[in-house]
Amino acid sequence: MNKKWQAKHIEESVMRALMVLASLLVVGAVLSIIWTIFAHGIKALSWEMVSRVPGKNWNTAQDGGFLNAILGSLWVVLPAAVIGACISIPVVFYMTMYKRRSSKLSYIARLAFDILYGIPSIVYGAFAFMVMVWVGMRASTLGGILVTTLLIIPIMVRSGDEIAKTVPDEMVDAAYSLGATKWETLKVLLRQVLPGMVTAFLLAIGKAIGDAAAVMFTAGFSDKMAASLSDPTATLPLAIFNWITMPDPFPDRAYAAALVLTVIVLLLSIGSRQLTRRMTRHNR
Amino acid sequence: MQEKNPSSSLVVEGLDVHIEGEHILKHVDITFPAHRITCIVGPSGCGKSTLLRSLNRLTENVDNFRLSGRILIGGQDIVHARDAGLIELRRRVGLVPQRPCPLPMSIYDNVAYGCRIHGMHRRKGEMAETVERYLTEVGLWDEVKDRLGKSAYKLSIGQQQRLCLARSLAVEPEFLLADEATSALDPVSSKTVEDLFVRLKEKYTIIMVTHTLRQARRIADNAVFLYLGEVIESGDAAQVFGSPREELTRNYLSGTIS
Repeated sequence: MNKKWQAKHIEESVMRALMVLASLLVVGAVLSIIWTIFAHGIKALSWEMVSRVPGKNWNTAQDGGFLNAILGSLWVVLPAAVIGACISIPVVFYMTMYKRRSSKLSYIARLAFDILYGIPSIVYGAFAFMVMVWVGMRASTLGGILVTTLLIIPIMVRSGDEIAKTVPDEMVDAAYSLGATKWETLKVLLRQVLPGMVTAFLLAIGKAIGDAAAVMFTAGFSDKMAASLSDPTATLPLAIFNWITMPDPFPDRAYAAALVLTVIVLLLSIGSRQLTRRMTRHNR
Repeated sequence: MQEKNPSSSLVVEGLDVHIEGEHILKHVDITFPAHRITCIVGPSGCGKSTLLRSLNRLTENVDNFRLSGRILIGGQDIVHARDAGLIELRRRVGLVPQRPCPLPMSIYDNVAYGCRIHGMHRRKGEMAETVERYLTEVGLWDEVKDRLGKSAYKLSIGQQQRLCLARSLAVEPEFLLADEATSALDPVSSKTVEDLFVRLKEKYTIIMVTHTLRQARRIADNAVFLYLGEVIESGDAAQVFGSPREELTRNYLSGTIS
């Protein structure tokens, strides 16, 4: 009896130690990445970097900055996020509210989105590029927006679907039993799921803004600001990639850009948490 | 407020329910008389909840659900009702769930919600009066009158259940369905809600599913004993519980089957 008791305790502490270790590993990885980026990035970062486009000698000296890449990233990702949300939200609600969860259409749609979710972004990029070549379109901001929209939709649908699942059946029953139509019921549920959706969407934006592969062929690259949708544009991840992989690398600039990108992503995820907390005040 | 209307009874005729090919309710015929409390009792899995939820067709979203027969709500068949007809019939049948489920909005809006979607009480000030009247009716007004704008989730479970009741009453139904409406509540709240039902039968026809036989004995006017999807016995509660005609009912009441 006593022996068993002890074995149980040993098992408990070993398992616990493993869990703590795993958690520390994750936290450590995050901290070391952030530390590296901040330590190198802050040295290189200056007001000039974030407020000006590259000068003539940007790869050899401190001439100009990468405002074109910062704005380029936002120009590509924000419209993509808006279009993505406009498509994803109806999809989520149709799959969960209008069709039964187990209906064939829901099942096939869900499977399709899972597959799309798993497709690497470089494949999206290559696919979009081939389509663009076929229709005679050149690398452009518009191309970047379209491929990023494609990239964002499965992320949004999948996480939106997960969130829609958390709506208690009783709430649907409650609205129905008051004589609400499906659409009226949906509007009630929207209040319940909106905070979660907003969080999910901000995280999807965070993921999309950090992706280099999708925009590599489609949005192209440029040292100038894009004047229209048909101009190619720089993006932050691609700028980092270029500066590090060029024959004579210039890592300071890459670190500075990485810092800006990381801060944007951190702001998005911290912001989404704060927003969720505020919006769920009435829901809990 | 509702007029006392003896014709507002609910009649179930030859109701058959299949879920995933299984015969859950077998040719059920029941009349739920107006302004009485009818308790549906029976062992777990006998189809009590399915029967109750069929009465306002909340079973639509259940997979492979097949409903046949007729359910007449004041003479109108809800089984074959569509769109607007179904919505109107659902409005006439309120539901008090097992676990209270406030809508994600303020206390005031919870009660006002149903009226708003049906375009009731449009005149200025009328809605506020309605909200007050129904919160008073369920004995919640004094507890919440200073925080009507606060989230309904801030209330205790017992208060939430009474809020859900007020919400159902506000759309002026004739029938109330209660699915073990007190089972998630503490004894005091449970008693409050129970007393409320007894008071409400003046105006509404109440149909409740309960697991507690003692509760059924306390408040039921009529009783229905359901066993494996069949109505074994139904009628006056005193008779069903006091001197049951059927062997099965006797066994259930004495605890031999459960």
